[in-house]
Amino acid sequence: MAIETRMLTVEITRFDPDRDEVPKTQEYQIPAQDDWKVLDAINYIKDEVDSSISYRWSCRMAVCGSCGMMLNGEPKLTCKTALSDYDSKLKIEPLANFPIVRDLVVDMDGFMEKFRKVKPWIVRAKERAEDMENLNEKGTFSQSPAQLASFKQFSMCINCLLCYAACPVVANEPEFIGPAAVALGHRYNLDTRDEGEAQRNAIFRGEGTVFSCSFANECSEVCPKNVDPAAALNQAKLAAVVDWAKGLILPRGGA
Amino acid sequence: MVQSSRHDIVIVGGGAAGLRAAIQAAEANPDASVALVSKVYPMRSHTVSAEGGAAAIAREDDSLELHGFDTVKGSDFLGDQDVIEYFVEDAPRELALLENWGCPWSRNDDGSVATRAFGGMTTKRTWYATDKVGFHMLHALFQHSMRFPNIVRYDEFFVTKLLVEDGSCQGVAALEIRTGEFHAILGRAVILATGGAGKIFPFTTNGTIKTGDGMALAYRAGVPLKDMEFVQYHPTGLPGTGILITEAARGEGGYLRNNKDERFLVEYDYGVGDKAELGPRDMVSRAIIQEFEAGRGFENRYGSYCAVDLRHLGEKHIDAKLPFVRELARTYIGVDPVHEYIPIRPVVHYMMGGVDTDITAATPMPGLYAAGEVACGSLNGANRLGSNSLTECLVFGAVAGRNAMAFARGSSEGDPARLVAQAGEEAARVEALRGNGKGAEQISSLRVEMNSAVEAGCGVYRQQDSMAVAAEATRSIRQRAADLNLKDTSKVFNTELVTALELLNMVELAETLAVSALHRKESRGAHTCRDYPTRDDQNFLYHTLAHRTEDGPRLDRKDVNLGHWEPQERKY
Repeated sequence: MAIETRMLTVEITRFDPDRDEVPKTQEYQIPAQDDWKVLDAINYIKDEVDSSISYRWSCRMAVCGSCGMMLNGEPKLTCKTALSDYDSKLKIEPLANFPIVRDLVVDMDGFMEKFRKVKPWIVRAKERAEDMENLNEKGTFSQSPAQLASFKQFSMCINCLLCYAACPVVANEPEFIGPAAVALGHRYNLDTRDEGEAQRNAIFRGEGTVFSCSFANECSEVCPKNVDPAAALNQAKLAAVVDWAKGLILPRGGA
Repeated sequence: MVQSSRHDIVIVGGGAAGLRAAIQAAEANPDASVALVSKVYPMRSHTVSAEGGAAAIAREDDSLELHGFDTVKGSDFLGDQDVIEYFVEDAPRELALLENWGCPWSRNDDGSVATRAFGGMTTKRTWYATDKVGFHMLHALFQHSMRFPNIVRYDEFFVTKLLVEDGSCQGVAALEIRTGEFHAILGRAVILATGGAGKIFPFTTNGTIKTGDGMALAYRAGVPLKDMEFVQYHPTGLPGTGILITEAARGEGGYLRNNKDERFLVEYDYGVGDKAELGPRDMVSRAIIQEFEAGRGFENRYGSYCAVDLRHLGEKHIDAKLPFVRELARTYIGVDPVHEYIPIRPVVHYMMGGVDTDITAATPMPGLYAAGEVACGSLNGANRLGSNSLTECLVFGAVAGRNAMAFARGSSEGDPARLVAQAGEEAARVEALRGNGKGAEQISSLRVEMNSAVEAGCGVYRQQDSMAVAAEATRSIRQRAADLNLKDTSKVFNTELVTALELLNMVELAETLAVSALHRKESRGAHTCRDYPTRDDQNFLYHTLAHRTEDGPRLDRKDVNLGHWEPQERKY
């Protein structure tokens, strides 16, 4: 039952825009406890070695989505990744494909803007007061377990941005709306309560440039919640084309 | 140089209560500007970690009377019955609204929303979205909030002071974490929705952001904190990390077992109906500690523990209803609940106490409102029932949004120059702290001292002598916190500075907790005093108010709003 520790070398990206032209790295030797996650090691450094290191974290149970970083080049949630996965050396860097604010903190503004663009909310043609005929006596929509299951997986996204860090298209085309935003937009398109599919498909086809996706599937491989954004992208691409074709046949925009 | 901006109302905190307040205010007043200020992006808020569900009557066998009485009894008769009656009545409408806004509630075969059993609730009234209810509620609220152009977000802004002029709250001073710049964010009313303060304890389900900032903001501004002695220990947290294993594990049929493999709760008989495991949290936590003391706990490197046993539910049921429990157990302790016991022990989870509010979500300070865990209305009294708090965030978030906006509409703007000047003074105070390079106290070690002091004195079972030690220790820690040593001089995303400001908030609350607990010479709800083992309505059927003074909290009392539910012995 004794707690075992071993010395581990951790190399961390340091960057303070007030002082540094470019990011540099700093090495720390830490006594790694056998049941630690990577986040525990970073917290140890912050508390005991170097209080100036900056990073985001909160829930330490893989649901708040704050603590994504590159671990030996792969995007991971640090609170979910066992330190014992790394034998001798661990290199921790900020998430790839985002501007660095400081140390391990990246600038999320671009993602937040893309996220809002896909209208990640229930779109209804009518205001609630005029919509009551579609609600049951308890004021809720009826939705079968099967209808729920059709979109549930895509609603599991925690916005951790690992998929953007892994995506080869995001790296080259900054305007590409990206895996998580498409998965979340598509989630609403599949929801029986929603009537906004045509609006979102227009966004997907247009400024969101979903057709840039090369279906490399990296996004789904790194997703810590098995959301499978690559599947969402594929389905969304198809739906956007079908919707566009309908628009050609029915001049008023089809659905 | 302080930047300033003006809105109609300012909301501090972007979790369920803050978002609900923002949506309420913005939707009803399209011409109004609603500021939503949060130290993290809203989807990182700790609402995200809630698992089991949200309570509101939904079935034929349920009634307002039943939900109301369950809540009153769960509160050990310290809950305010006007607040409770309003809450149970409004709860179904609020959860239905969330459904309309996209929350993926789990469903019955007929397409209606499904409900599950929870501790201290006489029937199935807990709405759920598998076992990630807080996550789904938070994301549904945040995503819905994005449609309102008049909600102006200040993401990653840390509020350090309430701006008060002529006795009325008219804005906040906030540090923009990314730049280190200070802002005066002005509004004619302010809503606090910053959540609880579990991080004053060492072993908690709470995320690292749960540092009681809103409670400390109000307390420093002269608003009393109410019932701070009542801290909820959730019976089932993973030893070591404190990660929550939801009460839904028992609601779905799981057992608690001791080291003799006994369903020991059958002996205690705290459950509702024939379900021994579905007792209220305060009682179940005490039962587990009693098992430890009787030598019937298991032992591992983190001390004693009991077990949640889900094996008899089967893999299919576990995956359908409790997938997150399975994921957490596998990831964080390498245990698969389909085949093995999940080790658990009581863990600090929730503060029943908080900023003194009433049924309108108003605090005693004009223009200042509070909702959610930061507030104490008091819906929860001396012990909260599981699944009432997510609903509380919605019901009283909406109340706060409505009433703060009405207050703002009916009051005139304060002098911006004076408010901005106040923010300027605050900026100078924080600037002096940043990378000060002097000071005798290290942030992380003082935090550990505070954690140890409150745990030793204010745990599941408390004693006068150990509470007295905690009161003295927390007072000394508060004083020493004035001498923190900060090393990071950078203005950009300086998390050392934020951590110091959070610690300065927590030390105030740790002291109010210990002092309030020491004064209450009875056992009620979550406050269990070995020297005074019974409830004493004669002398203690009142709320404790703690007012800030330089020498420590000055205690006062406030009447409980009793209604048609007469205090009686709390038996299950």
